[in-house]
Amino acid sequence: MSLTHQDVARIARLARIAVTDEEIAATGAQLNNIFGLIEKMQAVNTDGIEPMAHPQDVSLRLRDDVVTETNHRDAFQAVAPQVAAGLFLVPKVIE
Amino acid sequence: MINATLKELSAALAAKSVSSAELAGQFLDRIAALNPTLNAFITVDPEKTLAEAAAADAARAAGQAGLLTGVPLAIKDIFCQQGWKTSCGSKMLDNFIAPYDAHVIERVRAAGLVTIGRTNMDEFAMGSANENSYYGPVKNPWDLAAIPGGSSGGSAAAVAARLAPAALGTDTGGSIRQPASHCGITGIKPTYGVVSRYGMVAFASSLDQGGPMAQTAEDCALLLNTIAGFDGRDSTSLERPTEDYTRELGNSLSGLKVGLPREYFAAGLSADVARVIDEAVAQLKKLGAEVVEVSLPNTELSIPAYYVIAPAEASSNLSRYDGVRYGHRAAEYKDLVDMYEKSRAEGFGAEVKRRILVGTYVLSHGYYDAYYLKAQKIRRLIADDFKKAFEQCDVILGPVAPTAAFNIGEKSNDPVEMYLSDIYTLSVNLAGLPGMSVPAGFAANGRPIGLQIIGNYFGEAKMLNVAHQFQQATDWHRKAPAL
Amino acid sequence: MKWEVVIGLEVHVQLNTASKIFSGSSTAFGAEPNTQASAVELALPGVLPVMNKAAVEKAIRLGLALGSTINKKNVFARKNYFYPDLPKGYQISQMDLPIVQHGTLTIQVGDEEKVIHLTRAHLEEDAGKSIHEGLEGLSGVSGIDLNRAGTPLLEIVSEPDMRSPEEAVAYARALHTLVTWLGICDGNMQEGSFRVDANVSVRPEGQVEFGTRREIKNLNSFRFLQQAIEAEIQWQIDTIEDGGKVQQATVLFDPDKGETRAMRSKEDAHDYRYFPDPDLLPVVITQEQIDAVRESMPELPGQMKERFAENFGVSAYDANLLTSSYALARYFEAVAAATGQGKLAANWINGELAASLNRDGLDIAQSPLSAERLAGLIVRIADGTVSSKLAKQVFEAMWGGELSADEVIERDGLKQVSDVGAIEKMVDEAIAANPKAVEEFRAGKEKALNALAGQVMKASKGKANPAQVQEILKQKLGAA
Repeated sequence: MSLTHQDVARIARLARIAVTDEEIAATGAQLNNIFGLIEKMQAVNTDGIEPMAHPQDVSLRLRDDVVTETNHRDAFQAVAPQVAAGLFLVPKVIE
Repeated sequence: MINATLKELSAALAAKSVSSAELAGQFLDRIAALNPTLNAFITVDPEKTLAEAAAADAARAAGQAGLLTGVPLAIKDIFCQQGWKTSCGSKMLDNFIAPYDAHVIERVRAAGLVTIGRTNMDEFAMGSANENSYYGPVKNPWDLAAIPGGSSGGSAAAVAARLAPAALGTDTGGSIRQPASHCGITGIKPTYGVVSRYGMVAFASSLDQGGPMAQTAEDCALLLNTIAGFDGRDSTSLERPTEDYTRELGNSLSGLKVGLPREYFAAGLSADVARVIDEAVAQLKKLGAEVVEVSLPNTELSIPAYYVIAPAEASSNLSRYDGVRYGHRAAEYKDLVDMYEKSRAEGFGAEVKRRILVGTYVLSHGYYDAYYLKAQKIRRLIADDFKKAFEQCDVILGPVAPTAAFNIGEKSNDPVEMYLSDIYTLSVNLAGLPGMSVPAGFAANGRPIGLQIIGNYFGEAKMLNVAHQFQQATDWHRKAPAL
Repeated sequence: MKWEVVIGLEVHVQLNTASKIFSGSSTAFGAEPNTQASAVELALPGVLPVMNKAAVEKAIRLGLALGSTINKKNVFARKNYFYPDLPKGYQISQMDLPIVQHGTLTIQVGDEEKVIHLTRAHLEEDAGKSIHEGLEGLSGVSGIDLNRAGTPLLEIVSEPDMRSPEEAVAYARALHTLVTWLGICDGNMQEGSFRVDANVSVRPEGQVEFGTRREIKNLNSFRFLQQAIEAEIQWQIDTIEDGGKVQQATVLFDPDKGETRAMRSKEDAHDYRYFPDPDLLPVVITQEQIDAVRESMPELPGQMKERFAENFGVSAYDANLLTSSYALARYFEAVAAATGQGKLAANWINGELAASLNRDGLDIAQSPLSAERLAGLIVRIADGTVSSKLAKQVFEAMWGGELSADEVIERDGLKQVSDVGAIEKMVDEAIAANPKAVEEFRAGKEKALNALAGQVMKASKGKANPAQVQEILKQKLGAA
């Protein structure tokens, strides 16, 4: 397989990373090399193998429904790029 | 005291032959002198460090000192630590002062360890050479032309150069073991789930695990005692009885079954490394170990499987860096999407972007089964290989990396070449097993080489026993670079 | 051409847990912005989700009520997309293995019952809110409040089984009744606790394939749901009849204009890159847990409806109304049990009581008339103490005061006259005073009897027992 420039542009858009045309060309070549490496998986027959999502075969621990958090807004917003009236500000969201 | 182990420092502090403040001062002076050359630390804050040291001395004076109270510790810049910049080696988080403590940080604070500084690392822990840091590459203290390994390269270099007696690292695909090997120190990646990931900036959630890096196996055991344990804030943290990881250190290795995986000694292994591992195995035999050959047939597949799973998880984990609530935001943008795209393009370095793109692609519509699901099935095959191997042996031994540290810049333009050098470390993370690196010798060019010890699930104490007995019989771990 | 409408609903139900689905933050509504957004909701580097047990139990509760399959192993997945109200850049949801699958809900439209099939119900986290107004002095920005982020949601997805806006509304209402009945949701639609997305398409009658659907997002009242679907259907039919094609789209309903419009922000082709969340392990539910939830379940609206019809002879229509909320059903049961007059109780509750509550904007729980007091009135209607007509007067007096039915009847002298002698006397007087009407009746004009009865009732100030009046009149006129 081989990623086209359109493929690279599409995934960069999905990942919300701005890329210039030159970057697309350079990145595309590197990604194709990486996928050359990854493709080696395809030669292996994995029929009937259960996918392994976690190293340990255990189930989720559930917590009791109790409020334990308190308000830390000021501390959290001290590191925010732009805030007003307790809100995080972003360029206008259009629905 | 700069060459002392944690054990020795602990004794000196207890004997009041040195104070925590004096100790911190000595290491801070050394950092001031050598860090400009090595670039092992991103943040050093003597005021904070000395305040912690003074608090430790006060605790000792009040009779409230524990075993490691007042001992300096370097911390990889990936652990959130309240009041300290937690950059994760990225421009994205260059302005991020953590507003809370990671579980591991709570533990070391409670034990009275003193933060000597925050160590350099590959950006978001993605790298094997520490060349991917926004703060520049770390130099190997044994040879300034060499890489220190990655991603915990700053931690490894700091311990090797005696800028800190020990450090915390993280290991997603070898990031504790490989730099430990390249810098001639001891490092252990615990079983997945033993050390809480809460507050550790995520790279690949199902693979990440924090662990200690120090001069000796005994020091690693002491630090692991401090940081391991259940944490309700990490759903993958395991509820197990508290362990004393030093409990087996003194055991004899007589009758120990050591497995050597055929695939770890095949083509691609450098003569230097092969020689060092052979000598180490011979040494262990002398100590009573029995050697059996085992097979891990899917070893080679660990590279493609890892380079699908880790980027996939990373692509999602790193979506939170969007310039909205913290972190880098581009100065100019025309709308919301532009703000996202520019902030992320500016905030992330090349390797991080590459992995985000690979991860985005393998999860995208129509490719999930062929890549992500396939990789997870191979992950199972790899874990099953280990299961079978551990039916025949107690620990598995092998190289950490195919060669000693390569030169800075040697592989930085070829990601695939770089990925291939991770061949001996990735499967341990995929399986979730514990692994460690122990100094075992030097290459002809004088660069250190480590021996990898892989344990069965929760086999940390056994691994540390093997490493400690090896270190009782050898002195590789006591050698320090001339600086 | 005749068109058939096809509708499926996706309903987002906020579960009424105290804390969020993955953190210990409060879910209380209306707090100052971002004061209930912890490090987890803010997606600070290094934070991790820890699942709320109550959310799992509430999902099981709904699954059992719908006769669904409870997946004993269910898995959380990440749905990846960028939006400022979604701090992690992904929503933790369920994809391949949701907690609840299949099941049915019976709805009633007019006198017809219909079974709607459920596809699934999965657990997920709510997003925050984007605020566009009230940011004084700031233009071109939106504010993000993450208090709502992480509120547990159960997204309940139906099959495309509905064929009219009325059916869609009936289904949404029945589901609303059920989730509040089960105590898993506060049902407050204004606060967004129950939000409906409607997938709407049209196809020529008789065609098997579905038409292209558009999804109307975020409808937070039954009225808007009805209006939005009606507007959407009309738009789709007009579009096709004008030679156009419906394109799959996500749309918003503008209640002021009464029209739907495509959303601009979601123009990108969606590619959510779902994969199992590596921070969360599979949820494993044991049979014991399911049994424990089952034991704590109340009688369900459908079961109660059947029981009301069977035990009290209430019509299906009335029974459906009476089971529109658990509180109402309990009220009815109390009245019916105290009086032994199920039908009469149903008529009064669905009639007078419902109208009065509606007029005063009250909930059944806030009714000034307790079930006990209403029962007192029903008993007096049933035993003939008060006529149905005067009972309304009694009801009004009771609504506005504290008196019992007997006290009102006594005070206002509204007791029905059933004394034969007294009625005969009034009847005789009426016959004597209205010879013309008597003559007409005898000539075969049945209606004339009503005029005479009216005179008697008037003379009794409405208190004479109307049935007795009729009977005695007929007797006296020799018609019996």
